[in-house]
Amino acid sequence: MTVNDALAGTHKIQQEAAAQRHDQVTPHLLNDFSQELTTLNLGPTHPATHGIFQNILQMDGERIVSGVPTIGYIHRAFEKIAERRPFYQITPLTDRMNYCSSPINNMGWHMTVEKLLGVTVPKRAQYMRVIMMELARITDHLICNSILGVDSGAFTGFLYVMQEREKVYEIYEEVCGSRLTTNMGRVGGMERDFTPVALQKLRDWLKTFPAVMEEFERLMTRNRIFVDRIVNVGAISAEKALNYGFTGPNLRAAGIDYDVRVMNPYSSYEDFDFEIPVGTKGDTYDRFLVRNAEIWQSLRIINQALDNLPEGPFHADAPHYYLPPKQAVYKNMEALIYHFKIIMGEIEAPVGEVYHSVEGGNGELGFYLISDGGRTPYRLHFRRPCFIYYQAYTEMVVGETLSDAILTLSSMNVIAGELDA
Amino acid sequence: MADPTKEESPAAQEAAVAEDPIKAQNAKILDLLHRLFGHTAFTDVHEPYGMLTVTTTRERIHDIVAGLQQDQEFKFHFLTTMCGIHYPDHKDRELGMIYMLHSLVHNIRLRIKIFFPIADPVVPTLTDLYNAANWMEREAYDFYGVIFTGHPNLIRILNVEDMDYHPMRKEYPLEDGTREDKTDLFFGR
Repeated sequence: MTVNDALAGTHKIQQEAAAQRHDQVTPHLLNDFSQELTTLNLGPTHPATHGIFQNILQMDGERIVSGVPTIGYIHRAFEKIAERRPFYQITPLTDRMNYCSSPINNMGWHMTVEKLLGVTVPKRAQYMRVIMMELARITDHLICNSILGVDSGAFTGFLYVMQEREKVYEIYEEVCGSRLTTNMGRVGGMERDFTPVALQKLRDWLKTFPAVMEEFERLMTRNRIFVDRIVNVGAISAEKALNYGFTGPNLRAAGIDYDVRVMNPYSSYEDFDFEIPVGTKGDTYDRFLVRNAEIWQSLRIINQALDNLPEGPFHADAPHYYLPPKQAVYKNMEALIYHFKIIMGEIEAPVGEVYHSVEGGNGELGFYLISDGGRTPYRLHFRRPCFIYYQAYTEMVVGETLSDAILTLSSMNVIAGELDA
Repeated sequence: MADPTKEESPAAQEAAVAEDPIKAQNAKILDLLHRLFGHTAFTDVHEPYGMLTVTTTRERIHDIVAGLQQDQEFKFHFLTTMCGIHYPDHKDRELGMIYMLHSLVHNIRLRIKIFFPIADPVVPTLTDLYNAANWMEREAYDFYGVIFTGHPNLIRILNVEDMDYHPMRKEYPLEDGTREDKTDLFFGR
């Protein structure tokens, strides 16, 4: 009896529910996804991210509702490795952070150690460093801006400027022997003077590059399709950018003229006449324009540095820290001793802590070095601009479409090597 | 070839001459710190290479950074970076956090340190003041195991989730301690 009662009750409920469904104005649709979100994995190895990092996006149709970034895929524990390496062996680690502008990282690290040791670098070496750093900045910005074109569907501009980057790499090759991970310069100066070939290549490039850059700008800057694609995409206000720790072109695009080269000049930047381009809205178009303008300013600096390149030594007279010429090592006892001590990392470093920052391709690249007087740093912390400003990415892309998110990522110039260190 | 002892003295003299305006600025900042937070809040005040460095306690760090951020005169709006540090020999002050603030208006940098025992590595978060602090604190947690109370999402950032130690602590040497081919008897390493 009870079983039958229960069955009857169930039957009644089912009938009522069916009647209710029948009464509803809008019938139930078979494929109604209006309330359903799609989870989309952008990365870790997506061709549009230009590096290995992942964003798990919740998509409502084409719009991004939320995102969870995951980083660390190429974490190589540089800060830990640096605690075991003598100062000069840390330079190759810095190469591999922002590998689009390695010379800036190298020079920044050398200057940090020089600050700790109290070594003054001669003017010529400082100017040489400025030339190499500005070349690196140009290549860095060129890659970022031309890849932005590629991500929005314009491959041509990228191919034009890639050729110029190749020529800059040939100059690197002539100056230090390598192209991408440069390991350029030494603590105390440069490893060798500019060769006549290097100077010739540099002068030739300075003659040909402006025309290519103008062509690139003519192709992109006022291009209707390109402009429509990137204006008002991924904008961030100045207050927010500052709070998020933005530096470099991304901060300047938001309208804040913070440039380490001007605020805390290093390596004789105070000698050069250049401007800090700033944007207004902090969107992708502003970032594009700021980077382009900075390329022109960097060219100005290179021209000034090359015209006024002082005569004199290309390294400091600091035999305890600067490797002697190899020929002298074979014939001269002191040179042999210093060579041995430097290679074995037996240089005498003072106890202390020093923070030095340079204007990297992406912003303030800082080195915080704590020395306990030993042969290696007690602690070395890299302030990596990418790592700090990439936090804002999720907030910048929420509410935008997926294709805009790709452009935002591209224009922020997030370099995986620097992000993960 | 120069004498090794001569290497540092001219540099030190030069630094002392060049840093005069910086010294004056640092004195002003120190004055502000003492005025806002009292003389007892800070210990170990020094200026290595021109950057004012003070040490305070974890109980006060949040108030101090908030006060500096809201200060209308100096406006420390920018958190440059922060990092953890480990001194295994300092009893009850083994772990530390180092904060670097920057006043972009006056171009003044300030370094604040706090130290706390490794058995109780709990520090208030700064994420409510600076958005930039979020990943920096996750990095410090990842590397040193510093627990930031109030952090919205305190999980590892660079290392894998299931790692069960904090690799930047000094008890984890980089290389296998049992290796003998790298010991060098002549250099005391």
